[in-house]
Amino acid sequence: MITLDHITKTYNKGQFTAVKDISFEVQPGELFGLIGPDGAGKTTLFRILTTLLLPDQGRAVVNNFDVVKDYAKIRSCVGYMPGRFSLYQDLTIEENLNFFATVFGTTIEENYDLVKDIYQQIEPFKDRRAGKLSGGMKQKLALCCALIHKPAVLFLDEPTTGVDVVSRKEFWDMLKRLKQEGITILVSTPYMDEANRCDRIALMQKGSILSIDTPDGIVKAFPEELYAVRSSQTHSLLREVRAYDGTDSCFAFGDSLHVTFKTGKSQDLLPYLKSKGQTDATIQPIEPGIEDCFIHLLKG
Amino acid sequence: MKTLRFLLEKEFRQILRNRQILRTLLIAPVIQLILLPLAADYSVKNISIVVVDNDHSPISQRLINKITASGHFRLTGYTASYNEALTMVEQDQADIALQIPTNFERDLVRENAKQLFIAVNAIEGTKANLGGAYLNTIIRDYNADIRIRWQSPNPTAAAPATNPGATPSTASTITAAPASHGTPTANTPVPQITATSSNWYNPYLNFKLYMVPAILVVLVTAMAAMQSAFNIVQEKESGTIEQINVTPIKKHWFILGKMIPFLVLGIILFTLGLLVGWLFYGIIPVGNLLVLYASLIVYLFAMLGLGLLLATYSGTQQQAMSLAFFFINIFNMMSGVFTAIDSMPGWAQAIVATFPPSHFIKIMRMVVLKGSGFSDIVYPITAMAAIGLVLNTWAVLNYRKTN
Repeated sequence: MITLDHITKTYNKGQFTAVKDISFEVQPGELFGLIGPDGAGKTTLFRILTTLLLPDQGRAVVNNFDVVKDYAKIRSCVGYMPGRFSLYQDLTIEENLNFFATVFGTTIEENYDLVKDIYQQIEPFKDRRAGKLSGGMKQKLALCCALIHKPAVLFLDEPTTGVDVVSRKEFWDMLKRLKQEGITILVSTPYMDEANRCDRIALMQKGSILSIDTPDGIVKAFPEELYAVRSSQTHSLLREVRAYDGTDSCFAFGDSLHVTFKTGKSQDLLPYLKSKGQTDATIQPIEPGIEDCFIHLLKG
Repeated sequence: MKTLRFLLEKEFRQILRNRQILRTLLIAPVIQLILLPLAADYSVKNISIVVVDNDHSPISQRLINKITASGHFRLTGYTASYNEALTMVEQDQADIALQIPTNFERDLVRENAKQLFIAVNAIEGTKANLGGAYLNTIIRDYNADIRIRWQSPNPTAAAPATNPGATPSTASTITAAPASHGTPTANTPVPQITATSSNWYNPYLNFKLYMVPAILVVLVTAMAAMQSAFNIVQEKESGTIEQINVTPIKKHWFILGKMIPFLVLGIILFTLGLLVGWLFYGIIPVGNLLVLYASLIVYLFAMLGLGLLLATYSGTQQQAMSLAFFFINIFNMMSGVFTAIDSMPGWAQAIVATFPPSHFIKIMRMVVLKGSGFSDIVYPITAMAAIGLVLNTWAVLNYRKTN
């Protein structure tokens, strides 16, 4: 459904490379996630795929249309929700939705089924101007506007950035339902915990893809054993675990440290910490998460 | 066409909803049009004059009376020495110093001629120029006056001379003298040649008649070029233009959708302006309104093209604003609103010829004051259309390139 073939894009006359030699494919009906921190090149990929930007090199195909040659055809069959809220703030919810329906030559009624679940949540405020909506409502409206013409492919650039936890969860539930409608979805997010909601993910960093797989596959590929280390003095604990000569890597994750060891060195950590005064330190093996994998890939 | 209708519906909805913009677009220009012509009046009043009368004769007294009675001058000082008068000029208490020499009356009678000395403070150019000219006219009148009064048929009565100027730039002059001197034959009519002029199309040289149409153009210019640019740049700033770009809307529809609302607003503003001109200044266009409005539409086409072009070169409204101010200031000062284009150097005139407002101001004055028809304005209207075509093409090409 979406194919990228060695896509490269530079800015400032080639001085800054935004994305470098990116190739991957998204299958029809797939919910595909681009996961990576700010500046990884996610938005650049979206802008190329939505025909807003020309790639320097490489070819990209969306819904069997070339993004350069057939850009006009792509524009009528994709929905795009940019990272920044970009609807008309001075028009109401209903006027925005109506406007985008009409420019695609359709009406709200025609595709009401598709947006119903989402639109019903904001419908009580339909006469309110978009600029006066809360973050979560803006996001729902933007999704409605991107969906109102029943696109074959939906591009969502960081849809959950700046949205509260409950709305984020709701949003991903909505994406799941849209996927069941057969819409191919490419979504980006800087939140690693959202990666598990995707069918497949691409981990991106500095314009390159580190790994592409299912979330499970990526976790399974984690080559080492991972331990969570806790104590009451988290701050000094980090320093001391890093100072321990058997430690391979150590990162703070909330109230615990995620640690990998050089072969066979895990058992000796607790005695070492005790000798340093960390008497209540505990260690237990854990399953790695996407973030652990990401950090591991960055290191490699 | 259907797309255009939706776009227009959206634009008008947004514009009508933004009361602040609506106020600045329509009410502010009306207020400006009521106020600005009051300032744009070249007739100079209340010129302060200081007189150094070294003669103290009836003739010098009568001259001073005549000057103060003219209504243009205010006698702010009557000093004994020229230096005192000059001090008053330096202290800004007087704009003009008039020195009447000793024995003015006697020499005038005996020698048929005597010089007066005028020093003008030229810091305010217009005031100095016109003040000096007014004073010269009064003195010339006065000169003729005493000649007739003395009933002297001797026509050889002129001996003007000029005096070199003193510190503040000067216009110094004259007074020719009468010719009494025991001349014969009284009551013979004096043969004289006088040229009288009459002002066509604006017989009383009413400045407002001349300024109001031009100021209206200035206001329409600001509205058309700036607001259209800001509106488009605002879509860039808010990211909505990207959202529009991923829809099947064609660029030319989008651009038309932006231009037509401002064309309509421009026409409304222009109509309001004509009404203000009629209500406040009693100006009724002599010419055909159809000619005026046809020219207006061509003009707006050109200026909206400029706004569009500015928008393609600006990423933020602030950038658009500074760019627009640059052009608007040049347009206002150089397009013949206040000063005649004909008096500029040739190369400057060539530049001004590329400014749409210069052509439209010309058309406005021709149609409003003189009643010119289409055949008289072929050149300026064609020029505006050509400039508009260039600006719009440039804008569309640049819009494609940057997006």
